[in-house]
Amino acid sequence: MRTRILGVAALLAVAAATLYGLFGVPADLNQGDAQRIMYPHVSSAWLAYLSFGVTALAGLGWLVRRDLRFDAVAVASAEIGVLFTALAIWGGMMWGRPVWGVFWQWDDPRLTTTALLLALYVGYLLLRRLSDDPVRRATRAAVVGLVAAIDIPIVHFSVIWWRSLHQPPTFLSPDKILHPSAPLPFVLALVGMLAAFTLAWSWLLIRRYQLARAELAREEAVRSGVVRTASTATRRPAALSGDEGSVGQSKAPAEVAR
Amino acid sequence: MTTLRRTATVAWAIARKDAIAELRGKQAAISTLTFGAVTLLLFGFALGPDPHRLADAAPGLLWLDLVFAGLLAVGRFHELETEDGALEQLTLYPMDRRSIYAGKAAIGALAMLALGALLVPLVAILYAVDVVHALPVLALTVVLGSIGFAAVGTFYAGVTVRLRAREVMLPLLVLPIVAPLLLAAVKATTAALAGDPLGELPAWLELLAGFDVVMLIAGAGTYGFLLEE
Repeated sequence: MRTRILGVAALLAVAAATLYGLFGVPADLNQGDAQRIMYPHVSSAWLAYLSFGVTALAGLGWLVRRDLRFDAVAVASAEIGVLFTALAIWGGMMWGRPVWGVFWQWDDPRLTTTALLLALYVGYLLLRRLSDDPVRRATRAAVVGLVAAIDIPIVHFSVIWWRSLHQPPTFLSPDKILHPSAPLPFVLALVGMLAAFTLAWSWLLIRRYQLARAELAREEAVRSGVVRTASTATRRPAALSGDEGSVGQSKAPAEVAR
Repeated sequence: MTTLRRTATVAWAIARKDAIAELRGKQAAISTLTFGAVTLLLFGFALGPDPHRLADAAPGLLWLDLVFAGLLAVGRFHELETEDGALEQLTLYPMDRRSIYAGKAAIGALAMLALGALLVPLVAILYAVDVVHALPVLALTVVLGSIGFAAVGTFYAGVTVRLRAREVMLPLLVLPIVAPLLLAAVKATTAALAGDPLGELPAWLELLAGFDVVMLIAGAGTYGFLLEE
């Protein structure tokens, strides 16, 4: 019930922030109406990075505490993160076309880093789907999530170097637009949208976490033979699914050691 | 100190074992090297006969080729262990799991160096690039790039070794991670070939070295968890 109230509140907040961003704030002098994309765009980007931070920390939690609830948080956060990363890139391209004149700006470190972020975490989710055993899946996902989180700052840093050593950028930076010296309505629209999106994110995270727990419980039930449904048995084509039968494990370890 | 020495000894033994197996079998080593050479030829067809365009693109093409062929190499050294439950038996030895990672990363880096030793002269010949004057710096770049790629590739080979879909998953996971390595290596190679007119070479080599150190630590720190499964 409390989660439902949170959901309704998030929906109303996003609606209010959208209306304010569209009609309450004047258009930007230089960029016109295109600048309004910044409100959901920056909010999505923030949630993308927040999600993957949470995924990495939850993975660390699993490695240390060995509690599958951490893994449920990790997958919930990663899936929502992929959604917001895609939204951030899409919004950025829609903004870039009228303002920069191109959809894609190669020497913008944020854009290129975010695109790699998307690829990293789509890989993360695919890896999870291909792992059948919950413990193996959690461990693999945890280490991959950690290494990806370590890689992201290096990517960002290297792209900054790439362009600064190459040619100085001349495009308008979003930071300048959102600088604290911006007029109050602009700041208000952005902060409002950030808060509304974050509220929606928490609601999605809770719901997806509950779903992950339920999935885990069903997997456990199927494994122990309590439930056996046709849908779980034929969920994926055998050729692509999961782990190879552990070769050599049929031998007792003691026998092998000798 | 003694534990470090022991880790190094075990790592060396594992790398040596893989090197012997590969050199006796030969097919995998020869096919990986051939793959690298053929890819350089195809890049030539893709970019047309204009020699200037090929020479300009040479550093990028060289490193793309090294990354693609390197994926085959690092995947191969883990695939060796899937036969007859070798990986399970390897984990039964009373040793630090990090030495398995170190050994596999070392042999992976050596394989990358062998690829580089073949592909750099080939690039010079096929794309009409003068590499002789920049050879020492080029060699350093290839060494640093090989270590970094092997550090990442070996870790992900460990992640995917038990998956049926590992041939797809290994490149999918490795390619976005090595983006900074590719970027730095290509820029360093470009600068080295041009005689470093902007003085940017040290910065790119530092970035490469930093990537190597961070990824070796991350790989060594997490690889052990993968073998506990």
